[in-house]
Amino acid sequence: MGGFDGNVRAPYSSYSGWLQEMSRPDMLKKSLDAQAFFRRTGITFNVYGQSEADERLIPFDLIPRIIGAGEWANLVRGIEQRVTAINAFLHDIYHRQEILRAGRVPEHLIRENEAFLPKMIGMDPPGGIYTHIVGVDLVRTGPNEFYVLEDNARTPSGVSYMLENRETMLKMFPELFSRIKVHPVQQYPTMLRRSLERCGPPAAEGKRPTVAVLTPGIHNSAYFEHAFLADQMGVELVEGHDLRVTDGRIAMRTTRGYEPVDVIYRRIDDDYLDPLNFRSDSMLGVAGIFDVYRSGGITIANAPGTGIADDKAIYSYMPEIVEFYTGQKPILQNVPTWRCAERDALAYVLEHLEELVVKEVHGSGGYGMLVGPAASKAEIKAFRAKLMAKPGNYIAQPTLALSTVPVLTKAGLAPRHVDLRPFVLVSPEGVEVTPGGLTRVAMKKGSLVVNSSQGGGTKDTWVLKED
Amino acid sequence: MMLGRTAAGLFWLARYLERAENTTRLAEAGFRMALTRAESNSEEWRSVVTTAGCADSYLAKHEIFRSDKVMDFVLRDKENPTSVLGALHAARENARMTRTALTREVWEAINDAWMSVRDILRRPVPERDLPEVLSLVRRQGAQVRGAITGTMLRNDIYDFIQIGTLVERADNTSRILDTKYYVLLPSSASIGSSLDNVQWEMILRSASAERSFYWLHGGTASPIAIADFLIFDARLPRSLAFCYDMITEHLGRLKVEYQASTPAHELAIRQENRLTALNISLVFEEGLHEFLTGFMAENAAFSAQIEADYRFSE
Repeated sequence: MGGFDGNVRAPYSSYSGWLQEMSRPDMLKKSLDAQAFFRRTGITFNVYGQSEADERLIPFDLIPRIIGAGEWANLVRGIEQRVTAINAFLHDIYHRQEILRAGRVPEHLIRENEAFLPKMIGMDPPGGIYTHIVGVDLVRTGPNEFYVLEDNARTPSGVSYMLENRETMLKMFPELFSRIKVHPVQQYPTMLRRSLERCGPPAAEGKRPTVAVLTPGIHNSAYFEHAFLADQMGVELVEGHDLRVTDGRIAMRTTRGYEPVDVIYRRIDDDYLDPLNFRSDSMLGVAGIFDVYRSGGITIANAPGTGIADDKAIYSYMPEIVEFYTGQKPILQNVPTWRCAERDALAYVLEHLEELVVKEVHGSGGYGMLVGPAASKAEIKAFRAKLMAKPGNYIAQPTLALSTVPVLTKAGLAPRHVDLRPFVLVSPEGVEVTPGGLTRVAMKKGSLVVNSSQGGGTKDTWVLKED
Repeated sequence: MMLGRTAAGLFWLARYLERAENTTRLAEAGFRMALTRAESNSEEWRSVVTTAGCADSYLAKHEIFRSDKVMDFVLRDKENPTSVLGALHAARENARMTRTALTREVWEAINDAWMSVRDILRRPVPERDLPEVLSLVRRQGAQVRGAITGTMLRNDIYDFIQIGTLVERADNTSRILDTKYYVLLPSSASIGSSLDNVQWEMILRSASAERSFYWLHGGTASPIAIADFLIFDARLPRSLAFCYDMITEHLGRLKVEYQASTPAHELAIRQENRLTALNISLVFEEGLHEFLTGFMAENAAFSAQIEADYRFSE
């Protein structure tokens, strides 16, 4: 929690005072209590590629990550600007494609992109909203200095950890919350439901829309979160085979017959949404749902085809995109990005592999990436071959001088790298950012990889009510 | 409103939970029998496996019925889907699927039951640890039931859980009787002999009914009285009469809530009426084995009718 001048950073000052009254054994015991609590409540995630029964806990660190009121307000302005631009961009590229005509984004990047969904061309999603839920991944490099790593405009996950981490902290340290004024986050499910209800389809006009969460099922790695959100919103959690098309609507099979659904918060990918319109071998989706969508019978959140906005190849154009649609300079920074498809960029990347982070354009979850400074000579050599075989598949970025936050280790407090994913809701009435978010932390010393699938942990994220 | 799949998940969650408890009870009865008899009897272990409904898969793996092999098979063998471990796993998977319909207390009790039983059954259980392990499994089951009774709203969610429990229990009690029906035939013992017939004791213990039977009958037992107790005494929570009394009660509540009657409700009422009209002498005239076989088939048909009426699947 040291600032750049070596002192305790301002937002941490009250917390630091409290922590000094706590003994290390007490804190370590609390840490074990928290772990037992998580396991009993079933907050686990499944790891792909391991046996089905293997449910792992994400390590939880007891020291909160604290953000001051002023810094947060600035961050929110930046997020609102970026998310507004993303929705305008999606509307544009599925309609008149002004940004391509203006030559600000190369046409082939859209046309040849797998995340671009030609079926969405000319389609107007209910309320004009494409990305109802966004989870922007950010890193902080200094006071008021945030970089966006990824926009996550498809189906961002992790919000259940934001909520359960706070619940755990409230249980473990109630006295802290009366001493320090922290913005609550527990209103998120209510806000999410309201936000989804505001985007009801034409077919649901004049009534309160029926919302359902669509999950691939209990073996999905984020199933806990799907069930958690449905439960907290008080809506049904459905699987593809619970749904079918009747009379031009999507209906769910209940104990008393089929009942229409108006808004589907889907947690399955575009490809699997509709075996008639997309992947025909999908067992997870609903045959014909896309046709119902096109005719105004259902709202799908997020809209199909939003992946084009968080594609890593498009990412490098985000500063242009923000300026093009908002007419303002971007408030949040973009990490400088070399597109390996371009010859000069590739040459530079190949020469500087040991300094750069190289990512697959369509990859996620920290798989298939090279962290140059942490990689061995052999790993770099193997990666070089992959990169040269298919340069268009990769982008490269410098490693940022990330700020660190303290975590609790057996030997006391130690600095670790973190990122931050605030959760953003978009409806026709505007953009709402929940004051908090998911802070992921690299549990290994010096590591920059925070993904839970790679051993990363989480922390509660506090936004202070006043500085 | 409830999804058909959710109703299915609740019904099967309850059936698997009940099955895990029933199998544990059978294993306890078998273990006790082995302790109180001088020489081990493979016939008794055969009947444990048969009643647990896993004789075929057992014989595919083992040639003889021996206490350690049977115990391991019914408690934790991966090749036995109805083992205590397998049934609890299936119960938890169904609980995960219906997570949004359960209270936090119920989910945590099931999750806790699964985790602690899985841990204790990771390795074969040595004989000296068996009593402790078996009682842990039963205690975990009781905690889940307690959470269900203490925290669940009395609506359709609760009704489907109860119906699942009762259907499984009726099946189990009829199988306990049928596996040993021959020791209950009038020719096998004289009326009025004391409760020292080990076979009878095993039957009563498998249904957790030995104390209440003893209490009601003052220490004397007869095959007719035992069969009468397990089939017709509606005060005994594992009797067939009790199960169908309660099943019709829950279906009656569903009828009010859904404002519609179902064929399954009709079947249950017919079964309840039949159990009221019959008595144990008539059953023995008809043939105990024939009666039980008929009942099990009707109980299975009733279960299938529930699945169809409440749209458990497409």
